Amino acid sequence: MKLFRVIKPGFFTTVQDLGRYGFLRYGVPISGAMDEFSLQLANMLVGNALGDACLEVTMLGPEFEVLHDAQIAVTGGDLSLQINGQDCEMWQTLAVKEGDVLSLGKVQTGCRAYVAINGGINVPVILGSRSTYVRCEMGGFQGRQLKAGDVVEGVDDVQLMRHCLSVPSDLVPDFGAGAAVRVVLGPQLDSFTDKGVETFLSNPYTVTVEADRMGYRLEGPLIEHSKQVDTISEAILPGSVQVPANGKPIVTMKDAQTTGGYPNIAAVISSDLHVLGQVKPNDKVFFQRTTLSEAHRLRFEYSNKIRLIERKLQRRRLE
Amino acid sequence: MYSEARYVPFGDKALIVRFGSTISPQVNRRVHALDKAILSANLLGVRECVPTYCSLLVSYDPAQVSYKKLVSEAKKVQKLSEAHVSEEKARRAVIPVAYGGDFGPDISRVAQYHGLRESEVIRIHSERDYMVYMIGFIAGFPYLGEVADEIATPRLETPRIRVPEGSVGIAEKQTGIYPREAPGGWQIIGRTPIKLFDPSWQPPALLQPSDFVRFKPISIDEFRQIHAAVSKGSFDPFTQE
Repeated sequence: MKLFRVIKPGFFTTVQDLGRYGFLRYGVPISGAMDEFSLQLANMLVGNALGDACLEVTMLGPEFEVLHDAQIAVTGGDLSLQINGQDCEMWQTLAVKEGDVLSLGKVQTGCRAYVAINGGINVPVILGSRSTYVRCEMGGFQGRQLKAGDVVEGVDDVQLMRHCLSVPSDLVPDFGAGAAVRVVLGPQLDSFTDKGVETFLSNPYTVTVEADRMGYRLEGPLIEHSKQVDTISEAILPGSVQVPANGKPIVTMKDAQTTGGYPNIAAVISSDLHVLGQVKPNDKVFFQRTTLSEAHRLRFEYSNKIRLIERKLQRRRLE
Repeated sequence: MYSEARYVPFGDKALIVRFGSTISPQVNRRVHALDKAILSANLLGVRECVPTYCSLLVSYDPAQVSYKKLVSEAKKVQKLSEAHVSEEKARRAVIPVAYGGDFGPDISRVAQYHGLRESEVIRIHSERDYMVYMIGFIAGFPYLGEVADEIATPRLETPRIRVPEGSVGIAEKQTGIYPREAPGGWQIIGRTPIKLFDPSWQPPALLQPSDFVRFKPISIDEFRQIHAAVSKGSFDPFTQE
């Protein structure tokens, strides 16, 4: 079913779900939503499975002509959502009609917004996922970002929801001009001096303009290595904090290469990674040390939180 | 090579098992042995493994298995796998390459660097078996080693913005094949008509870590013929010996 015609594509709009797993050994990155939390909530609001494909909108939003009546929801960073030129609430189910113009504009808070449609975005599943990996032109909408004239398809015969849902305001994340994320140190900790680790943990790092779905180059006090930076490639994952010889950290994100030669000082814990998906150039990032067992507790807590929100939304529907 | 493999956590959903700190077939074989052993043991909570030169990344679901439990299970599997390192039956592929000319713009530089003729670079590059140490950089890119010292050459000082699909390059003692057009700084000495990656394949990459590869020099005409056969799906590099 034809759903949106792209009038303006925005800065960088791609189809993403929760990512592509099982192919790292063949050099295929995980990809998927930079902010999984917002993607999952967007899906909840339109009655989708939590990992259905959405549009990930970056920094400057697109404009769509609606080609078919549908239920949608927009979550994530505030990108000035409007329907037919009228400001609209994010974090709730919205009904759009054929002929409506849905637009997202300049980023106000955060960095990325997620547009979910009832039934999910209809693109082929490639290696188990609908996520776009632009660098290898894989997945999503023809392996690339949307451009003007594209027609985004939804699923035929979707069951519309009888009631609109909204996320209670206390559960809507507050995207400030920075983020504190927790890290587990390593796995190449011996490549750094104690002083280097101390520097990393006690200073804010600023996101530079070299920030995309592959990773963010950060600017801040230089991190001291304990030995010459050696370049034997090892596997890396989204959230790895790599420090090249210049002492400036790079945090890898969802489209990160699967292997890399820089030593990793730490890895952002999985339940905090989505927070980094909403930082943009000039924002500050603080890295806080945590233990592995605490990270696992936080992971458990995060999964529970998602389930809890889902139940809360269901209850509100019944009321 | 370390006498004992070292286990370290990587974030909260993965661990790294390191066998050494140098690129060598001995170290890499232990990586592959553990990789195969863990995958075939079907350990609870293990999601995927990523073999690299000296280490294996094991990603896991902490909701299903604790780090401690996983490490102890992996150590058991590792002990068993070490006994079989040398018995490994490797797959062997023959990859045809048209060397030099437009397909291998850096072959003269490699030859000059070592005071060789281009024909000697071709002979040396194609006369030994290379092991697939790992796949990385871009989907399906095999890191092969080791290249003979006579032709090992540093990367280009300024990487190219576009290296064409199928390009075969040298970087120090490694050789590799670009599965698709990408930026890159390897010394490009030839091009293969073979397709290395296709998301519709199971698995999506032609070569897998621990496979062996030998390059076979071909003419431009043969390149065209094989290219046509590859597009029809009627060319298998694993049956060309």
